[in-house]
Amino acid sequence: MMDHKMIVAGSLVAVEGGFALEARLPYYRGLGLSMVENIAVTVDGESYPREAVRFTVRGTTYTLDEMETCYDNRWNFGEKALITVLGANLAPGPHKVTVSVRKRISYLPFVPTMTASKELALAA
Amino acid sequence: MTSKIKRGVSLYSFQNDTFDGTLTRDDCIRISCELGANGIEVIGEQSFWGWPECGVDNADIAAFHDSMKRYGGIGISHDFMLDYKRYKGRPMPFEEQVASVRKDIDFGALLGMKYIRALVSIAPEVLVAAAPYAEEKGIKILIEVHAPLHFDHPWIIRHAEAFEKSGSDALGFLPDMGMFLHAFPRVWKEKFMRLGVPKDIADYIVKAYEDRVLSEYVILGVQELGGTGPAIAMAETLRHNAAFEPKRMLDYMPRIHNIHGKFYEVNADYVDESIPYDEIVRVLNQGGYEGYICSEYEGNRWIEDAEEPDSVEQVRRQQVMLARLIGETETPALKTPLAA
Repeated sequence: MMDHKMIVAGSLVAVEGGFALEARLPYYRGLGLSMVENIAVTVDGESYPREAVRFTVRGTTYTLDEMETCYDNRWNFGEKALITVLGANLAPGPHKVTVSVRKRISYLPFVPTMTASKELALAA
Repeated sequence: MTSKIKRGVSLYSFQNDTFDGTLTRDDCIRISCELGANGIEVIGEQSFWGWPECGVDNADIAAFHDSMKRYGGIGISHDFMLDYKRYKGRPMPFEEQVASVRKDIDFGALLGMKYIRALVSIAPEVLVAAAPYAEEKGIKILIEVHAPLHFDHPWIIRHAEAFEKSGSDALGFLPDMGMFLHAFPRVWKEKFMRLGVPKDIADYIVKAYEDRVLSEYVILGVQELGGTGPAIAMAETLRHNAAFEPKRMLDYMPRIHNIHGKFYEVNADYVDESIPYDEIVRVLNQGGYEGYICSEYEGNRWIEDAEEPDSVEQVRRQQVMLARLIGETETPALKTPLAA
């Protein structure tokens, strides 16, 4: 649900040592960070290791491992988080970006992964 | 018989609009109240940033009360989640679960709600342990009876028995009308066809649903027709949905305090072709129900891949339908035009 609104249009930027984009949690409510099990980013078919991903909300940045034991912060409903991928070098121009979020939902008898793709342009 | 049923809206209905800020929480409360559906239900973790991990700013709570006062909203329910899988690889300990429910009781009371909604997977012992605190705060904890569960399922009966044994009137039920799915929804069929289900197989499943064929036979039938992937998934929806009977609510009326008016589509003639609201209203009247039916639009997730859901129009149509069924003489209508 809300998969098509997960990747924020026009949000791809180059940062020191990598790139970043904005994403919203594809879900009808927010979620505590300890229940976000994974965020995987693929660009033009190339995927990046879990260790390369950083997650930032309201000025605080986490590795995916740090999020697993974070019990005092959350990814709010509709909130734009900054997803940074380090150790990557994207050329300016259009890219096909795919983001997958695996979330542990207490009431579901499985662990869902939501995936969305969007064409995003990196400014020169 | 004069109906005492009242109308409300769960702001869940507007999730696609509030997700990206097309509508604010204030807009949702105004729209609901303009439609005469002044019972307001919220999911705390949707309508309030910060809840529960970070807490909610006092200013945000005050803004909510301002909206409710301005439009004449009445607080019905705060739907809480209780993430007992908060810790990877181990369930939340019992006492911590109870303490978490107490926190949501406080939050519900702070929002001026009468009820807090518990998800159906929560153990009855947790709710029973939280009941004395709920009584103290003037809140009732209602477990949501939601498909594939239903009022004859042993898990629900276990809850009912635990509630009776507790002797507390702060424990009850919130039935979700999706458990009375009498016809396979059009928007589900079309979504599965967009995913590649051939028309003959889609028609077969819709007909099998109409004939009340057991889900496992339908899945086998689809396999025999050569169905794969999305066709099997479409047939598997029959494992999680069924046409249970609204009259099964009658045994539980003294503990039913709120109703989720689940719907997937109400057509332009104000008819829900899947969920039998005429029968539902008849049963609720017979049972002497005096609470709210809160619109819970869930067609959004079935059409959003193809079109932007028109949540406001869908809620309006359902409210017109409900107003007619409960015998109101005025037709609900929006008064303030929506911003383009």
